[in-house]
Amino acid sequence: MTTTGSTADGPPRLEVAGLTVTFGGLTALDDVGFTVADGETVALIGPNGAGKTTVFNAVCGLVRTRRGEVRVGGEPAPPSATGLLRAGVSRTLQGLGLFDRLTVLENVLVPLSGTRLTGDHLAAAHEVLAALGLGAVAAVRAGALPYPERKRVALARALVTRPRLLLLDEPAGGLGAADIDQLARTVRTVADGGCAVLLVEHHVDFVTDVADRVVVLDLGRVIACGTPGEVRRDPAVEEAYLGVPAGEVRP
Amino acid sequence: MERLVFLLSTGLARGAVLALFALSLVIVYRAARAVNFAQAAMAVVPVYVALAVTSAGGSFWLGLAVALAVGALLGAVVERGLLRLVPQETPLPGIIVAVGLVMVLQAGLAMVFGPDHRPVHAPFSQRPFDVGGVSVLSPYDLFVLVVAAVVMGGLALLFSRTSLGLRLRAAAFAPETSRLLGVRVPRMVTLGWMLSSATAALAALLLVPTGLGLDPHAADVLFVNAFAAAVVGGLDSPVGALVAGLAVGVLVTLVTGYASAAAAPLAVLVLLTAVLLVRPHGLFATREARTA
Ligand SMILES: Nc1ncnc2c1ncn2[C@@H]1O[C@H](COP(=O)(O)OP(=O)(O)O)[C@@H](O)[C@H]1O
Ligand SMILES: [Mg+2]
Repeated sequence: MTTTGSTADGPPRLEVAGLTVTFGGLTALDDVGFTVADGETVALIGPNGAGKTTVFNAVCGLVRTRRGEVRVGGEPAPPSATGLLRAGVSRTLQGLGLFDRLTVLENVLVPLSGTRLTGDHLAAAHEVLAALGLGAVAAVRAGALPYPERKRVALARALVTRPRLLLLDEPAGGLGAADIDQLARTVRTVADGGCAVLLVEHHVDFVTDVADRVVVLDLGRVIACGTPGEVRRDPAVEEAYLGVPAGEVRP
Repeated sequence: MERLVFLLSTGLARGAVLALFALSLVIVYRAARAVNFAQAAMAVVPVYVALAVTSAGGSFWLGLAVALAVGALLGAVVERGLLRLVPQETPLPGIIVAVGLVMVLQAGLAMVFGPDHRPVHAPFSQRPFDVGGVSVLSPYDLFVLVVAAVVMGGLALLFSRTSLGLRLRAAAFAPETSRLLGVRVPRMVTLGWMLSSATAALAALLLVPTGLGLDPHAADVLFVNAFAAAVVGGLDSPVGALVAGLAVGVLVTLVTGYASAAAAPLAVLVLLTAVLLVRPHGLFATREARTA
C-alpha cells in the first residue's frame, strides 16, 4: 500500500516503496510504502512491535531489506552513516544515545567532527543550542542534565547538520506537557524551513498537533493513512488499538 | 633532608616516565576497552630500532623520531592484524593473544639482537646538578620531565581541543552511537592503538638510559608499575594516570633510597591495595558505565 503526500515539484524527500524486512521467520515490515515531501511532517504510529523503528533502521541502512526500496531526494538511500549525513538525513535514537561524559556542546559537535571543526561549525552548534534553550548548559556534561534537557540535546544533535530529512524516534516520550509544546513548536519551525520530518510517536495530541499526515502500521503493514482527523475515525485503526478508548492511542 | 630532596626530585623524573607509560595504557584502554598486556614488549621494539639508528650514525633525535614512528606502526599492525580478529565479547581471548605476542616479540628480539643488555647512553649528562650543596635532578632527568610534560600537554590538547580528539573520545565512550553519527569507529580504535604504542615507546626510550640498559625485558618492571598507577588512577582517566604515575615514581624512589630496591614492588602493591579498598574504581574513575 502506498500513500503519497502533496506532490511538490521534484521527487519527494523520502520515498519508501514495497519495503519488506524479515528477521528470521518474522516479517517485521510487509510491503510498506509512503512518502514524505519537503516541508511535510508525517507521523508513523502503531502498536508496539508494529515495525516503526524498523522503518527508521531500513531508511538508515541498518537492517537488510528483503524487497522494496528507499529513496532520498530521488536517489537510492546511501548505505553508510556518512553518506546519509551528506544526503541530509539525521535521526534521533529511540533511547537517548547521548555521550554522557561529553559536554552538551561536544555532543552536538560530534556529527560535524568528520572534518576540521571551523568557526562556522561552532556557530552552527551554538545557534541550535540557543534555539532549543540549551545555550546556558553548553559546557555541562550531558549526563548531568535532567531528562527533558537531555532529550533536547539529542534533538539539537540531529538538527545541527541542517538536515533535509529528519527522523525522530519517539521525540515526546517521557516529556511533560510544557516540554511537548516546546517540542511541537520546534518541529513546526523545522518543517516550515523546508525539512521533511518523519516521526514515530505514541502521544496522540502531539501527533495531531504537528503531523500533516499519519501513517498507521500494524504487524508490519500500513493499515491506514491520511490526516490525523481521518486516521482517528478509521475503523481499522480502532481495531488495531482494540480496547483502547477512542482518542487515546497507546504504545 | 638533602637526601630527601634528591630522592623526591629523581622520583618525579622516574614518575614522569611511569605517567607516560600509564597514559599509554589508559589511551588504549579507552579505545579498545582492554588492557594491553603486550605493551612492555611492544614498547621495547621501537627502542631497539632507535638504538640501531643511533649506532649507525644517526642522532639521538633521529632515533627518537624513528622510535615514535615504529611504535605507532607496531600499534596499528597489532590492532589491525591481530587483536581485531580476536573475539571481543569477553576479555580473556585478547589477554591470551597479548601474552602470546609478548613471547613472540621478546623471543624475536633476543634472536635478532641477542639476549644481552646493551648499554644505552643518555643524550644528556646524568650527573645531578648541585644546588647550594644539595644534589637534585640531573640534566637528563630535566630532559625527561620536559619531554613528558610536552607530550602529555600535546595529547591533552589533541583529545580536548581537536575534532579528531572529539571523534576519538566519542568512539571510546559510545561506539555504536558514534557510528550512527558518521564517526569511523574502527579507524578511531586503530588510531588509539597507534597513539598508545608511540607514547609507550617514548616512555621506554626515556627509561633505558636510567636502568641497566636495553634487553627484551627492559620495560617489564615499567609496565607493572605503570599498570598499578593506571589502575590507581582509574584506568580510563588521563589525569589519574598522570597523578598516580608521579606518585608511584616518587614512592618507588623513596622506598629504594631509604629501604631497598627489593621493597619497592611491595610498596607499590600496598598502595594499589589501599586505594582499591577505599575506591574500588580508582581515584579518578568516572562512575557512569559506557553507553552502547
Ligand atoms: N534486529 C532485530 N532482530 C530481530 N527482530 C527484530 C529486530 N528489530 C526488530 N525486530 C522485531 O521486529 C518487530 C518490529 O519491531 P520495531 O520496529 O522495533 O517495532 P516498533 O518500533 O514499532 O515498536 C518486532 O517484532 C521486533 O521484535
Ligand atoms: Mg520503536
